[in-house]
Amino acid sequence: MSQDQPRIVIAGAGHAGGSAAAFLRQYGWKGGITLVGEEPDAPYQRPPLSKAWLKGEATAESLALRPARFYAQHRIELRLGTRVTALDRAARQVTLSDGAVLDYDRLILALGARPRTLPLPGSGLRGVLALRGTADADALQAALGPGRRLAVIGGGYIGLEVAASARALGAEVVVIEREARVLARVAGTVLSAFLEGQHRKHGVAILTGAQVAAIEGEAGAACAVRLQDGTRLPCDTVLIGIGAAPNIELAQEAGLDCAHGILVDLAARSSDPAISAIGDCTQRPLPLYGRSGRLESVPNAIEQAKQAAADICGRPPPPPEVPWFWSDQFDLRLQMAGLAFDAHETVLRGDPDGPGFAVFHLDAEDRVLAVEAVNAPADFMAGRMLVAKQARVPRALLRDPAQPLKDLAA
Amino acid sequence: MPHVTYIEHNGTEHRIELEEGLSVMRGAVDNGVPGIDADCGGECACATCHVYVEEPWLAKTGTPDEQEASMLSFAATAQPNSRLSCQITMSAALDGLVVRLPEAQH
Repeated sequence: MSQDQPRIVIAGAGHAGGSAAAFLRQYGWKGGITLVGEEPDAPYQRPPLSKAWLKGEATAESLALRPARFYAQHRIELRLGTRVTALDRAARQVTLSDGAVLDYDRLILALGARPRTLPLPGSGLRGVLALRGTADADALQAALGPGRRLAVIGGGYIGLEVAASARALGAEVVVIEREARVLARVAGTVLSAFLEGQHRKHGVAILTGAQVAAIEGEAGAACAVRLQDGTRLPCDTVLIGIGAAPNIELAQEAGLDCAHGILVDLAARSSDPAISAIGDCTQRPLPLYGRSGRLESVPNAIEQAKQAAADICGRPPPPPEVPWFWSDQFDLRLQMAGLAFDAHETVLRGDPDGPGFAVFHLDAEDRVLAVEAVNAPADFMAGRMLVAKQARVPRALLRDPAQPLKDLAA
Repeated sequence: MPHVTYIEHNGTEHRIELEEGLSVMRGAVDNGVPGIDADCGGECACATCHVYVEEPWLAKTGTPDEQEASMLSFAATAQPNSRLSCQITMSAALDGLVVRLPEAQH
C-alpha cells in the first residue's frame, strides 16, 4: 500500500459518487477518499440539464453538487477527466485511463448509465445529439432558438422535458414515439394522455406509434427524420432520448454478479464485500415490491450513496425509502412515488382539466403501489406515505378531492 | 457575510457563513451539515430539507407558499415553525438565523 491510511476509491463522479464521498465524511470516515470522474467537472446535478440549464436559468455554481472548495476542505481527492478502465479484485487495485494505478481498501462503483444509441442510418450525422452531461446540454442549447427545428426521438421524461424547454426557447419541436403513447414504460395511461395534450397545447407535435426509418443528412448534418411510413420530418437537430444503458462492463469483466445492472443488496454491497455499487449502474432490491430493479433517479443515487457510506463506516443501514421521481414541464410539476408493478386498478383524484390531479395505482387488495401527481404536492406526499405503509385504503376516499388524505397517511 | 446556525437533533451546532441569495438548504449541503438531504436540489419537490425556524426569526423568514405548505403538511414531524430550507433565501435581514433539524427527513 502506498499510503498509511485505508483508502476508498469511488469510480464515477456523478450524483451517486459525489454524494457517497460527502456521506462518508459526514459519517466519520477518516481515511482517504479518491473520486474518479470521466467528465472534466466536479460532481453536478443532472436533472436541471433538460430544464433550467437548457433555458439558461442555471449557473455552473447552482448546478454543482457541492462548491469547489468542499473537496479540499473534506480531503476528497478529485481525479477528473479520467476513468477506471480495469479492476483487479485480487490485488484491490484499479487502473485509470490516464495510466495511474490506485490501491483501494473499499471500492464504490458509481459508474452511471449512458444514453442508448439508435442503430439507424444517419445516427452519426452532425446535429444528432443525446443528453447526459453538461457538454451534451450545451450542444443542445446552441441548437435551440426561434426558427430552429428539433426532432426528439423517444417520448420519455428526457425527451418531453427537452421538448418543453425547446418550446420555451422558441424552437419548433416534434416528438416521435414508437409506442402508442408517451411515457409508455414509466407512467400510466391517464398521465400519458394528459401530457400529450399539454405538449400539443404548447405547440409540440407528438407522433405516437411512429417508427423511425432513418435520419437524413445534408453535407454531413442531420436535416430530417424519415419514418417507416414515409413521412419526412424536416429538422436541424435530432435528440435521441430512448433510455439509458447501465455501465456494467467493468464489473462484468471483474466477475461481479450482474443482471440488468450490478447486483447489490440494501447495504449497496456487490458480490464482492470490498466493493459497493450505487446509482444508475445497479440492480437493487425493491423491498416494497418483492423484486429487484434498476432505478435511474437522483433520490435512488442518494439513497444508495447513504447505504454504501453507512456500511463502510459501520453505521446501521438507513431506513428504506419509497422510490420517487419528479419532472417539470411547462408550468407542470410532476411528482411520482412508488412503482406500479402489477397494478390492478387506478383511481383518479381530481380533474386533469383542473388545477391539479393525482392518479393512484392500487393492487388487488386496495393497497397503494404508486401515485402520479400533477401540481398536487399534497397528494404526492400522501401517496408516498401510503405506499410506505402498504395499508388498504378506501377507494371512495382517494377519489374525492374534498376528503383530506392526511389522516389516512398519518 | 451573514451567518446561519444549524442545530442538529442531537444538539450539535454549526455556525455557517452564507452568501446572500443562497438558500438555507444550500448552506447546510455545501458545508456538510448532516441532516439535510435535499434530494431534489432545491426544487421544493421532496421535503427532505425540513427545518424548524427558531421563534424570533419566524417573522423574517416569511411564510411557506402553497406548494411548500402542502409538502410540509405531510412531513411526519411538522410543527408550526416548520419550513423547507430550500425556500428560505439568505439576506442581510436573516444574519444570525437559527434553525433546528428534525431527527430524520424521511
